[in-house]
Amino acid sequence: MSILVNKNTRVVVQGITGKEGSFHATQCKAYGTKMVAGVTPGKAGQEVEGIPVFNTVADAVKKTDCDTSLIFVPPPFCADAILEAADAGVKLIICITEGIPVNDMVKVKRALHGRDVRLIGPNCPGVITVDEAKIGIMPGFIHKKGIVGVVSRSGTLTYEAVHQLSILGLGETTCVGIGGDPVNGTGFVDVLPLFEKDPETQAIVMIGEIGGDAEEKAADFIKKNVKKPVISFIAGITAPPGRRMGHAGAIISGGKGTAVEKMKTLEAAGVTVVKNPAEIGAAVKQALGR
Amino acid sequence: MNVHEFQAKSLFAQFGVPVPRGKEITSPDAATAWATELNTPVFVVKAQIHAGGRGKAGGVKITKDKAAVAGLAKELIGKTLVTHQTGPKGRQVHRLLMEEGANIAKELYLSLLVDRDTGWPTFIASTEGGMEIEEVAAHTPEKIIKEAIDPAVGFQGHNGRNVAFALGLQSLEPAVINPFVKMLENLYRLFMEKNAALVEINPLIITKEKTLVALDGKVSFDDNGLFKHEDVQEMRDLNEEEPLEIEAAANNLNYVKLDGNIGCMVNGAGLAMATMDVIKLAGSEPANFLDVGGGATKETVAAGFRILLKDPNVKGIFINIFGGIVRCERIAHGVIEAAKEVKITVPLVVRLQGTNADEGRKLLAESGLKLEVANDLWEAAQKIVKLTGKAA
Repeated sequence: MSILVNKNTRVVVQGITGKEGSFHATQCKAYGTKMVAGVTPGKAGQEVEGIPVFNTVADAVKKTDCDTSLIFVPPPFCADAILEAADAGVKLIICITEGIPVNDMVKVKRALHGRDVRLIGPNCPGVITVDEAKIGIMPGFIHKKGIVGVVSRSGTLTYEAVHQLSILGLGETTCVGIGGDPVNGTGFVDVLPLFEKDPETQAIVMIGEIGGDAEEKAADFIKKNVKKPVISFIAGITAPPGRRMGHAGAIISGGKGTAVEKMKTLEAAGVTVVKNPAEIGAAVKQALGR
Repeated sequence: MNVHEFQAKSLFAQFGVPVPRGKEITSPDAATAWATELNTPVFVVKAQIHAGGRGKAGGVKITKDKAAVAGLAKELIGKTLVTHQTGPKGRQVHRLLMEEGANIAKELYLSLLVDRDTGWPTFIASTEGGMEIEEVAAHTPEKIIKEAIDPAVGFQGHNGRNVAFALGLQSLEPAVINPFVKMLENLYRLFMEKNAALVEINPLIITKEKTLVALDGKVSFDDNGLFKHEDVQEMRDLNEEEPLEIEAAANNLNYVKLDGNIGCMVNGAGLAMATMDVIKLAGSEPANFLDVGGGATKETVAAGFRILLKDPNVKGIFINIFGGIVRCERIAHGVIEAAKEVKITVPLVVRLQGTNADEGRKLLAESGLKLEVANDLWEAAQKIVKLTGKAA
């Protein structure tokens, strides 16, 4: 078992003929993911590493039964690409693109509301179910099949945590990057119940950062609904207010969204909050009594 | 990206939001000339810097004497204002906004931003105009009015009426209700069309003549939306930005200057923040946030070194790279090449982890460069703090 994606997931890559798209489609395929289609308007009939390219997502769905989209389309056209995937009937959309205007995402989020489709990202590393499907840009080899579910707003910081879990022999079930943008498709509160239900996941690592209130909402949800141990690190305790720390969503504004506030709220909800990012793996091990 | 008040107000005017008659002034002569043209009983001269709290810091002058405006302009231009938002160093004034005075009957607060919780653009209004909205929210939350706009259909008249009646405009001044609704509609249009991140009017005033006027104005823009708007890009004022941050941006690096003395260079924003945090845990303070991006190369590492070393506070450098798709031995080559180009004068600790980390560390160790290599994040942080001495 796992969450969101597995060995049967059939992936279409939007923007497959671009530099990023072709590189990562190849990497995902090499990991063993079922990469069944690509889309670049006007390039139907071409192939990328044996993956057939279509003009539209609708064509790709019709011909290949793909159910999940991985998006590398550049920011000015990305909102359109997400909506195209949804309209074509794709059920899971994973958007890697960084730099989409917030107001574009406002409209996309509204348009997807109430529909049977899940958007992950944008500005995220993607989703990996270890040894089954890698749908994103994360390095596959640092992962090891195991018992910890990981959900994170960050990219390389997630790799750091995963690396620790793998080295300690705990391993991961599924790792979900929800992305660093202020308006995104999937939040911690959407992923936590999936891990709580997944029988293979025995503990959950949640990596947050300054800005917004996703961690506070997660704390509330965990308190009420999560029985599995949750271990959390919040990046940005040294970040000054009012400054954007790389991610568009990582900003303390109006005194809200500080790391200290988030840590306190999570601790009050029974979450093990790790202050040192080098100790995430060790804290999980301890929480599991191993 | 932030812009000046005079730029925000010119956008307001463009979108039909009433503002006082005013103009950007950069010299005492221009102030005198504009005062003659303005021909008003009260002149307001306001320093233009990207920070709030200008009034308290002496950056806003009011006079009834037309002959006095040149002197006020002379006093303000070149002056360094220290407000609660500028930090202790303050910000030098290069330009002024000079405008007509207004007869204030009532001050209100109005802003528009995307509520991150719902993902909907949301108006925030309050009868406590002129105060900081965070203070109002903290002490009298019942005085905060929120109205979310459904992005599927955009602003509707009832959205405006909801705010107008909640503010009590009916008893304050019924004549401004319709203009108020229209103003909100125009602000929503500005917000969406120009990819704004925040539009704020504080105070929005009701005048004794029963009109609405945006007496102050603040607009900031979503950096991700700037590519759509050349007119907005032209409003950028480099005087308001940290020179090292401008240089970093020109090299596609994400850099924020801080006050500590350990410079850090990291791939990825989350890991960059975590690296800053771990420096503090180890007993020192980070000098900066620097994300060199997922694909760190020799060029980006060299540019990063140059920027870090220009900060006189930097007493040591900590490079923390988690190699994913980018292999560590390539990064090691990049560090070695860059270190040859840029003379590194302070202790350097390099921590490599991930793809081909062993190979990368070996290359660094054998390079003959004066640096320390580390595997583990905590070990690396302790090393650099030890080498630079603890923060005072």
